[in-house]
Amino acid sequence: MRRLPLLLPALWLALLVAVPLLVVVALSVSFPAEGIPPFALPGRAEGINGEPFALLLEDPFYRDAFLGAVLVAGGTGLLCLGLAFPMALGLVRAAPRWRPLLLALVLLPFWTGFLPRLGAWIGLLRDEGWINTLLLGLGWIAAPLPLLYSWPALFLGMTHAYLPFAVLPLYASLSRLDPVLEEAAADLGATGPVAFLTVTLPLALPGAAAAFLLVFIPAAGEYVIPELLGPPSAQLVGRVLWGEFFQNRDWPVAAALAVALLVMLIIPILLFQRLEARR
Amino acid sequence: MALLSLRGLVKRFGDTVALDHLDLDVAPGEFLTLLGGSGSGKSTLLRVVAGFETAESGAVLLEGRDIAAVPPHARPLNMMFQSYALFPHLSVAGNVAYGLKRDDVPRAERDRRVAEALALVRLQGFERRLPYRLSGGQKQRVALARALVKRPRLLLLDEPLGALDANLRERTGFELRALQRETGAAFIMVTHDQNEALALADRVAVLEAGRLVQAGPPRAVYERPATRFVAGFLGGANVLEGQPDGAGGFDCPGLAATLRAEAPVDRGTAACALRPERITLRPSPLAGANASQGVVEEVAFRGDDSLLLVRAAGGALLRVGHAEEDGAPPPRGSTVHLAWEAAAVVPLRG
Repeated sequence: MRRLPLLLPALWLALLVAVPLLVVVALSVSFPAEGIPPFALPGRAEGINGEPFALLLEDPFYRDAFLGAVLVAGGTGLLCLGLAFPMALGLVRAAPRWRPLLLALVLLPFWTGFLPRLGAWIGLLRDEGWINTLLLGLGWIAAPLPLLYSWPALFLGMTHAYLPFAVLPLYASLSRLDPVLEEAAADLGATGPVAFLTVTLPLALPGAAAAFLLVFIPAAGEYVIPELLGPPSAQLVGRVLWGEFFQNRDWPVAAALAVALLVMLIIPILLFQRLEARR
Repeated sequence: MALLSLRGLVKRFGDTVALDHLDLDVAPGEFLTLLGGSGSGKSTLLRVVAGFETAESGAVLLEGRDIAAVPPHARPLNMMFQSYALFPHLSVAGNVAYGLKRDDVPRAERDRRVAEALALVRLQGFERRLPYRLSGGQKQRVALARALVKRPRLLLLDEPLGALDANLRERTGFELRALQRETGAAFIMVTHDQNEALALADRVAVLEAGRLVQAGPPRAVYERPATRFVAGFLGGANVLEGQPDGAGGFDCPGLAATLRAEAPVDRGTAACALRPERITLRPSPLAGANASQGVVEEVAFRGDDSLLLVRAAGGALLRVGHAEEDGAPPPRGSTVHLAWEAAAVVPLRG
């Protein structure tokens, strides 16, 4: 009877995580085929198809896709940290009666859909968008700036989308700090900035690492933002995977990409879990 | 000259007055305890001296210099926090060295002074431990070493023994006293525990509602409380209401008796204090002043004595001490005759 509450999540995990994962793994070692669906599962006669994974290792295009994803996710993580730290600090130091409102403001973007928010960015950034129209109208520029479909636009969209994921763990870790610690530092001769650097910052590091990983992990596989805001050259894993699946109809290679991405993310996920266990 | 002088300090939090025109002097090398209940302003006083709170009016003079404008980090005094406030990410040695690093003390001297401070609190061998691996008593010592390592002339201690269990508290109290003598620093220690305040201090200052009600050597404050509050707070004296009879005595209707002190009771006397242990049980009724009788309502055994609650003839409930060597205490419901010496009667002015 006591195990019963565990049964439901176990069932959920089995049906919606384990089974699809097995399907994807099976797909990744399948043979491409003409027809619908466009693959043939490995069998006793044919053995398994090692070519999709071999291709990932050989073709620099795929290697760059992974490298690009890591760099973009890492960059997004750092940008989010840089913005989230002052925000979280502000939240912790705000008067208690303002805190719920400020927290709600951090979460406000979640109240609207993800795609409309990207649409808003497109509306701002495109050649005929608000920013270019304004600058042209003021006479500051002669021709529209190529804002959209650029790396800055990509990072802008990514940072905007993932910022709340960084604010919340940082806020949680900063709000757990006893304010008396900074008083103790001051009593021992530390000025405000020194107390921050020697006491508050080191104690907030686990929270900062958690915030970074919470952004990095989903950002590494991001497809929509690079597609809608980024430059054509931003061929990151998510986008390449989409292309293999829907444009090349090469399901085994797409599945191999998915499995490789998962393996790559296991390291930061384990790191994150160890960090959380320690806290 | 006084090391620290507080002059007319006023501090309010909203509608509550934490400090109400408080004056206090602390001599160099003195061990002063600030005794008061919660909300008496004792912790606020400490925080004003440390610089974490600003008084609305009044002056804080350290060696004659007004330090109101000096921020906490620049005040030449240290504080030991009630929660100890150890830095959880720093080792024992790192915690103790923190203040020396802020003063840019060279590495070699820093190491030497950290070792000295840890030896002072008998924590050698714990240098590399992180605070979460220390017991409560060890944390308390680290906090003490950290506060003393900068050799302050004034150390503020906010309930330093409050988080320790009872047997450790007594031992640590003696250690505090010894440390204070050894370092020669003046200690201002906040406590709500009267035994602690009396046992450790050179001088006890009793605070009530942000005012200093009485200050003096422990024995003097204990034996000659100035007000009802001090009498009740220290040693749980009986506070007997009534009025001066105009002939040097004090009429107490609650006891149906007249009280006489050693000197004639003056007209400003508001009440009289009478300590439980100064009241003796008599086999037969005694005529005259300083005697009463009543019925025992409760008997509580306390180890070296018993405490009786006696309903006196006039309706007052008296706390009466009964020493073990005087034999078994009278049973509940029995009538007892009470008497006390004039020296035990302390007129109170407020």
